[in-house]
Amino acid sequence: MMKKKEVVAMLLAGGQGKRLKGLTRTLAKPAVYFGGTYRIIDFPLSNCSNSGIDTVGVLTQYEPLVLHSYIGVGSDWDMDRKDGGVFVLPPHEREDGSSWYRGTADAIFRNLKFLEQYDPEHILILSGDHIYKMDYDKMLEYHKEKNADCTISVVNVTMEEASRFGILNTEDDLKIYEFEEKPEQPKSTLASMGIYLFKWDVLKKHLYEDEHNPDSSFDFGKDIIPLMLKNEKLLYAYPFEGYWRDVGTVQSLWQSNMDLLSDEPLLNLNDPTWRIYTRNPNQPAQYIAPGSKIVNSIVNEGCVVYGSVNHSVLFYGIEVGEGSEITDSVIMPNVKIGKNVRIHKAIIQEDMVIEDNTEIGVDRSNPDEILLIGIEDLIEEPEQAVTISTIIEK
Amino acid sequence: MSDLMGVINLDYELDQLNELTYFRCGAAVPFAGRYRLIDFVLSNMTDAGVKDISLFVRRKFRSLMDHLGEGRPWDLDRKRGGLFILPPDWNDPSDTSHGDLQHIRNNLDFFNRGSAKYVLHVGSQHISKVDFCDVYRYHKEQGADVTLVYTKVEQLEPEHDPCLRLDVNEDGFVSSIHHERDHSNVYMEMFVMEKSFFLEQVRHCIAHGDSYFFRDAIQKNQHQLKIAAYEYKGYHAVINSVESYYKNSLDLLTPENYNSLFKDRSVNTKIKYEAPTKYLDSADVSNSLVANGCIIGGTVENSILFRGVRVHKGAKITNSIIMQKCVIGENAVIENVILDKDVNLPSNRMLVGDVKRPFVIAKSSTL
Repeated sequence: MMKKKEVVAMLLAGGQGKRLKGLTRTLAKPAVYFGGTYRIIDFPLSNCSNSGIDTVGVLTQYEPLVLHSYIGVGSDWDMDRKDGGVFVLPPHEREDGSSWYRGTADAIFRNLKFLEQYDPEHILILSGDHIYKMDYDKMLEYHKEKNADCTISVVNVTMEEASRFGILNTEDDLKIYEFEEKPEQPKSTLASMGIYLFKWDVLKKHLYEDEHNPDSSFDFGKDIIPLMLKNEKLLYAYPFEGYWRDVGTVQSLWQSNMDLLSDEPLLNLNDPTWRIYTRNPNQPAQYIAPGSKIVNSIVNEGCVVYGSVNHSVLFYGIEVGEGSEITDSVIMPNVKIGKNVRIHKAIIQEDMVIEDNTEIGVDRSNPDEILLIGIEDLIEEPEQAVTISTIIEK
Repeated sequence: MSDLMGVINLDYELDQLNELTYFRCGAAVPFAGRYRLIDFVLSNMTDAGVKDISLFVRRKFRSLMDHLGEGRPWDLDRKRGGLFILPPDWNDPSDTSHGDLQHIRNNLDFFNRGSAKYVLHVGSQHISKVDFCDVYRYHKEQGADVTLVYTKVEQLEPEHDPCLRLDVNEDGFVSSIHHERDHSNVYMEMFVMEKSFFLEQVRHCIAHGDSYFFRDAIQKNQHQLKIAAYEYKGYHAVINSVESYYKNSLDLLTPENYNSLFKDRSVNTKIKYEAPTKYLDSADVSNSLVANGCIIGGTVENSILFRGVRVHKGAKITNSIIMQKCVIGENAVIENVILDKDVNLPSNRMLVGDVKRPFVIAKSSTL
């Protein structure tokens, strides 16, 4: 018998994130790099660790290899526990046949056995797609105070943005009476963050009910929440204040990286009381050569910089040759940049080699577009591998 | 390669780095932005597949224990074997041993329990990238009683003065071990010996009232033993004084030294979960080594910043080493200075040391 846990978190990490294009060609969205050293999933995992939640199931499906090996036994997030810890839960074969997870709710339903081992009071549903720092323990206090069946964390968005989100319509005391997915005429600006805290017994009943509904899409937002509202359960919105971003597109991923570059960023990664943990690549201190110039940027260990870096994010193990200029860009791990290279407003994927004198994104037709340069683009036409400009034309 | 078991013997190392070794032993002195001196020899050992490593410590080892923990960054947190930190705790009334022999004598269990047949015995003051697999191969090939690792030093400096020197003959054997200061073959305090032979020598030394293994078992018997000399070529620094610490630290600011110490295989150290370093609009950094977690708004030249250093706007740091979590206030000026951990330098202050004799500020000092 496992030790009883008050809360078990289930982290949905099976999404592809198609709009991230080449960034998710071989890995799931939660494994995408962010902020000079992290992967997106570091944020919810570190939030769990910092909030005192030590039992987390990570539901994987799309391209799970990187995620599985990255999470390992969870020691980087202090989750290598005797009781509890982090568990990777991919879809598995069962007696009644097997299938993929058909939706977010189905993924939880298919892991009832995992959850019941811990006899939890509450289940925290998280998604591995967002960048934010949040104390789930405070949300739990609120959830218990309200004696809610379900508490949904919300952010206040503008009226214009509201039609892009799942919107919760509430009474004055934040009791939810309606959920609208991407409404054309929003009645409220409280957008769901995809963070749900359920009473376990209530959720279990609704998962069973939903599972037997032939028309269901087995989704928390589309099916479970409306079903709970229909069954007159007590649902509350929990207002979250602070930095929260869905980095679902190349543009938003780039923007979120750029958000870190102001002198006092909204997302403080240097807070010793709320560390974001990540797997450490163990690189030496960065070497900044004479004649180089780095401003408004974040640079990780293992970088060797001879050129100039302005308003950019450099992950670890990057070389920037003499005379090269990097502006408004995100350079992912182990990219080697030659001499006199110019890179502007681009995301360069890991392990790329950028030859001397290459220009990326300098002459451009669309000034707002973020160029995404990945190694896969080169493999298709190996003879053109030396001239990166060919990909940019595409 | 589990044929080797390792001993890092800090018993006879003197803590001569002034303020830097007031509260810690030399092996625990921070180096190169994110390491401690011990990391280099320890990483070389684990890279060579050494799985049982014991550390003979005698004093000021609290921070060393904190740094090493159970050895996880070196993959030494094993079910069998792994890392053993052995403090001077012995209570055998029949024990008549002295010096570092005392450590070996009272920790015979370590040697007897390990399955490895050879002992690799090292110190912590020689920073290098020695390949111990190759040393072991050479030792067996030469059929020697003991193999000593040395390097040819082109330009001898004061820090080499205390080092032993080796005369090496054409066949690669040591013909003499001595202290001639102008001799360039510097012994790196690393040797390999068969375990059974090692323990036999230990017993013999103790029986004769000796006190230091190397001096009494090897150096005194240099003409009776078959002593092979393994020549190491590559990055090498000896750190046994503030001056050598300062000089060798700043010497890492050349690409040749940086690459030869860090690039071919990485050096392991205790993990800290710091964010990458942030360069503000007013930052101006050149020819410097910078670890993670720093926020830089000032000017940094020819310097080393350890993890989590904060350099405020208008501050200017030149030829200095700033250790973990120091805060340099606005418009403060620092030149030729070593700041140990957690020093807070208020705004507009000035600290200037001499190029040859840097000004050292002890850990957590308030200025």
